[in-house]
Amino acid sequence: MSDYNFAFLDEQTKRMIRRAILKAVAIPGYQVPFGSREMPLSYGWGTGGVQVTASVIGPDDVLKVIDQGADDTTNAVSIRQFFVRTTGVRTTTATDEASLIQTRHRIPETPLAPGQIVVFQVPIPEPLRWLEPRETETRTMHALAEYGLMWVRLYEDITRHGHVETAYDYPVVVNGRYLMRPSPIPKFDNPKLDRCPALLLFGAGREKRIYAVPPHTPVRSLDFDDYPFTIESWDRPCALCGARGIFLDEIIVDDKGGRLFVCSDTDHCARRRPARGVSSA
Amino acid sequence: MSPADRPLLSVRGLTRWYGPHVGCLDVGVDLWPGEVLGVVGESGSGKTTLLGCLSGRLVPTAGTVEFTTRDGVVLDVLRLSEAERRRLARTDWGVVHQNPRDGLRMSVTAGANVGERLMAVGVRHYGAIRQAALDWLGQVEIDADRVDDLPETFSGGMQQRLQIARNLVTRPRLVFMDEPTGGLDVSVQARLLDLLRTLVADLGLSAIVVTHDLAVARLLAHRLLVMRRGQVVESGLTDQVLDDPQHPYSQLLVSSVLQP
Repeated sequence: MSDYNFAFLDEQTKRMIRRAILKAVAIPGYQVPFGSREMPLSYGWGTGGVQVTASVIGPDDVLKVIDQGADDTTNAVSIRQFFVRTTGVRTTTATDEASLIQTRHRIPETPLAPGQIVVFQVPIPEPLRWLEPRETETRTMHALAEYGLMWVRLYEDITRHGHVETAYDYPVVVNGRYLMRPSPIPKFDNPKLDRCPALLLFGAGREKRIYAVPPHTPVRSLDFDDYPFTIESWDRPCALCGARGIFLDEIIVDDKGGRLFVCSDTDHCARRRPARGVSSA
Repeated sequence: MSPADRPLLSVRGLTRWYGPHVGCLDVGVDLWPGEVLGVVGESGSGKTTLLGCLSGRLVPTAGTVEFTTRDGVVLDVLRLSEAERRRLARTDWGVVHQNPRDGLRMSVTAGANVGERLMAVGVRHYGAIRQAALDWLGQVEIDADRVDDLPETFSGGMQQRLQIARNLVTRPRLVFMDEPTGGLDVSVQARLLDLLRTLVADLGLSAIVVTHDLAVARLLAHRLLVMRRGQVVESGLTDQVLDDPQHPYSQLLVSSVLQP
């Protein structure tokens, strides 16, 4: 792949994206427009995340790519291979060994550490989009911090279902100011955003927006005083590693109604059962 | 001067051009606390333009609009920042549109429609919001068991009453109404007018009601402006204007009302 520049993007594009990232870090939660490029990847597969990763990655980085918590699904494998071929960086599946983690739909169970960067792939960056179709109006609402409408949505959820039904992409307020979509992570992961020691970067390729949560920034999930924010819990442990208090995936194992609940984070699960031999994964 | 000695809304020289066409021309009027002002005139006479300019939704070409707040502070409405204007619009003001679909959020329940303004001003207690919604539905004579229904399922008159409840929940002091009874059949109109009259009296609201229906003006308005081609051709107490019109156009307007 010597015909391509390091990390695929040309240096001018990387500089442009880094400027957007710097602005995003300076205004936590604010969506910074950027000149999103065509990537050798379909929209919806992480073009925004790939561009952000490509502009912050260096030859000494150790990269981890996950999709729905797993290191071995198509999206994760192909993005990891893309960066191996265009940068030659070392990759890992271990969360604590990675300096750079690109993720879709999950934050790893292993606590993040200072110095790490997590890049999220974002399909729709605008939290007010389904409530207010006009971009001019949503920008004004952000500018004036008029977020009452978001509570109207929560009110509707409680009225119709008795509780807030939104289970992923649960809206948060960053640093007491900007309303933000945390990309489609389950609300289970929302508390991990709050005062996270790692730098969190969000890239939306099709919508051409970048936003960020700098380390140690307060992030609050929206709720009502009498209906506080809650996260999912399971009445059983992971069927493979026995872990509790983590996010479980439901896996259908046969056509007779058999099902397993296992860790969504494959790295977390594999490391908890070393005796069984991780190499088979 | 204390707030009571000042007009709530004071308008001078308000003019709006649409290119070479006049929307409204040199309109001046004072609205006092607790007063209902009717604006009548034929289609295209500038009634809606005037209402738009007063409520800050249209930018006038010239003129001033001053609003006196609860604390007696006089605000120059046309010079307010967008943030201040929007805050005013969802606290001290209300707008009742002719078509309830323009003023309601059709995809959320009646309760959320009423509660929206409360949530916009920072109320974060679901139970309190719901109770306020129930109270206001009661005030506008909508059954409490409709609180979780979509406005889509409401009749035209109910939608209009819901729109009124949604506006009044933050206890505004000034409500702009554009043909509030337009498109409703007569018996529903009568009920709505009755309700509006009660609410205005009970809450001490001031209102500017634009209508082409002189009967509505007679019932609701204390004072009347008659508009034609963007200008105010006559103003005065409602009964005076309707019973003894001075300007030829007002005379024409009054005499063209059909008597059943």
